[in-house]
Amino acid sequence: MSTSPITTTFPSIQIDAQNQWSELNTGQRAWIRVGTALCGKAAGGDSVIAAIKESLVKHDLEAQVSEVGCLGLCFAEPLVDVKLPGKPRVFYGNVTPEDVDAIIEGHVKSGEPLTEIALGYLGDDLVEGIDNLDDHPMRSMGQRIALRNAGVIDPFDINQYIANGGYAALNKVLTEMTHQEVLDEVTGSGLRGRGGAAFSTGTKWGFLAGSDAPVKYILCNCEEGDPGAFNDKGILESDPSTVVEGIIIAAYATGASNGYIFIRHGHDGPIDRARSAISQAYELGLLGDNILGTEFSFHLEVALTGDSYVSGEETALMEAIEGSRAMPRFRPPFPAQVGVFGKPTNINNVKTMAYVPEIVSKGGEWFAGIGHDRSTGTAILCLSGSLKYTGMVEVPMGLTLRQVIYDIAGGVPDDKALKFVQTGGPLGGVLGADNIDLVLDFEVFREAGAILGSGGIIAADEDVCIVDLTRALIAFCQYESCGKCFPCRMGMSHLLEVLERICSLESELGDLELMRNIGGNMQAGSLCGHGQLGFNPVSSAIKYFGDEFDSHMIDHVCSTGRCLLPKFSPKLTRR
Amino acid sequence: MDGLKERISRVVRNQPQPTVTILSSLLAVEDELSYIPKEAVEEVASLMKATINDVWAVASFYPNFRFEPPCEHQIEICWGPSCHIKGAMGLIENVLDGVGMPDEGDTEDGKLTVRYNTCLGACSQAPVMSIDHHLIGRVSPEQAKALTIDTLDSPAHLGG
Repeated sequence: MSTSPITTTFPSIQIDAQNQWSELNTGQRAWIRVGTALCGKAAGGDSVIAAIKESLVKHDLEAQVSEVGCLGLCFAEPLVDVKLPGKPRVFYGNVTPEDVDAIIEGHVKSGEPLTEIALGYLGDDLVEGIDNLDDHPMRSMGQRIALRNAGVIDPFDINQYIANGGYAALNKVLTEMTHQEVLDEVTGSGLRGRGGAAFSTGTKWGFLAGSDAPVKYILCNCEEGDPGAFNDKGILESDPSTVVEGIIIAAYATGASNGYIFIRHGHDGPIDRARSAISQAYELGLLGDNILGTEFSFHLEVALTGDSYVSGEETALMEAIEGSRAMPRFRPPFPAQVGVFGKPTNINNVKTMAYVPEIVSKGGEWFAGIGHDRSTGTAILCLSGSLKYTGMVEVPMGLTLRQVIYDIAGGVPDDKALKFVQTGGPLGGVLGADNIDLVLDFEVFREAGAILGSGGIIAADEDVCIVDLTRALIAFCQYESCGKCFPCRMGMSHLLEVLERICSLESELGDLELMRNIGGNMQAGSLCGHGQLGFNPVSSAIKYFGDEFDSHMIDHVCSTGRCLLPKFSPKLTRR
Repeated sequence: MDGLKERISRVVRNQPQPTVTILSSLLAVEDELSYIPKEAVEEVASLMKATINDVWAVASFYPNFRFEPPCEHQIEICWGPSCHIKGAMGLIENVLDGVGMPDEGDTEDGKLTVRYNTCLGACSQAPVMSIDHHLIGRVSPEQAKALTIDTLDSPAHLGG
């Protein structure tokens, strides 16, 4: 990637961007936005866009059609909204290609929103007969900081990001703040890593800032192999520039020279949008040598990994960036001393980086005032499984898990009862339905033996068998063990064998004790969290649902019948 | 069209990103050919000044790499926990039934590869499957079977 000499100043970049934004919003043409993050694509967003373009031609209409990321209301995808010049956005949910013509003809051509089928509107002016989308449960309790632009701006257009306040924080940092002042601001915000470990971001940056090596790296982790978590991918698909800006600010604060955004190969949405945000930032002089005409230089690129859950572990990730097998390294030395390519390295999660520009703009104190106790700011949660509303929400820390499940996600559909909730990825374990009065707070979750982690929340209804799900979780963990530490590699296989026996209602006396023994060895003898936490799914399931294990093991009965259904899992593992 | 060796050489030697590694080179080959032939292992070893063993070590670690030419179509079914709860096993059963195989793998006629994926990333639309890399969410078992039969009948999917 080449760097161009800076010929324009930030205020002039800003004015251009604002003019384009105001033309989009108040110009002559309608603006139609369609959600095409992974959720929108899986719901058929691409064929809806094709139908929109066809219908516009048919009716001889001109309109701006943009792909946007995820507004968070995944349950309503494909989500289409129409904004006539100077009017609020009116949203239509679960749009099929067959619905499109009526929306184009009725709303875009005739100028009247289709009140009977509209999901809601967003904007300052009331729309008669349509609900304000901000009153929807999935939005009303939210506070959108990292997701402030998600579903609003075109992720392929850096100018839309800049017009909405983007890169003002970087400009402020470069022109008004010292490295130490940025570090102090982030430390003062109380921001803690959203990848799972919840370590203080400012403190972590301080480790890297303390090294005077000429080449230092900032890594941003979007590997996100956690099934049930899609918020890292969702942010990169919705607002990649906020992540890029966060990384550049982190580089300034720590004196880093180079960086990588690390994404799994095959996830084209996040990859393409991150690459586009990076190349546009280079073109505007926001990345490269002498950023915005200052002495500060920083280079950033996307690095891809193959299918490997463990490559999300920070030292395994460095192995993958170097092009090797993604296996964790011994520590010490810690990454801040010897990281990727042997150089001092700092690594943060996508969500953590996405907060940084707003923290710099509004101040650490502002961020620290949101949230609960030592868990400042918001939680970005992915809601999936047996829930009325599935999607991605950003809410202040301090709400309870019960509020999230019932008040925001609308509880379990079809009059079924909630049985358990699985949080924090496969290694996070489960919480019984009576134990969800936990406050969203890293310490509260940890004390309860659960992990808030990366924010994945999967709800299961009464028809789900806990033994069957535990088997599925361990099948995942077994498949994904990198194989470096034998207690994990063999322990996972052995646990799976025992759980398959229990699921087949053929368990042997002492199987629970045997699993505890294996789990203990995994915890004691594994280098990374995969093995150390790998027994969590089993131990938490036994803790909350001991009776159900007993009925499988002693009475040889699976009351839901799920264990009796055919089971499939990959046979091929790593070699 | 170029021969196999020329295609491999072109993609591994013209990677757009500044950092070129064994893994990035193998991924570039996968994007081009949808598999890793032994010629690619040799070419990557030569480019990276590594041994054939070094390259195989990386290629065999990541299960997204395959070493035989791909089938005409690929169906992946997600078996992550969200999809599991929402009925992934039923989807797999119906896809396999539609294709007439007992488990994941390639059909004998080279028409279709069926693969279980640990997470396709669209958990909010569970259960999810993909056909030739196009995601389809909230699939019923009956739809899964019908889509599989349609795919077996459709012309070859071009490209990776």
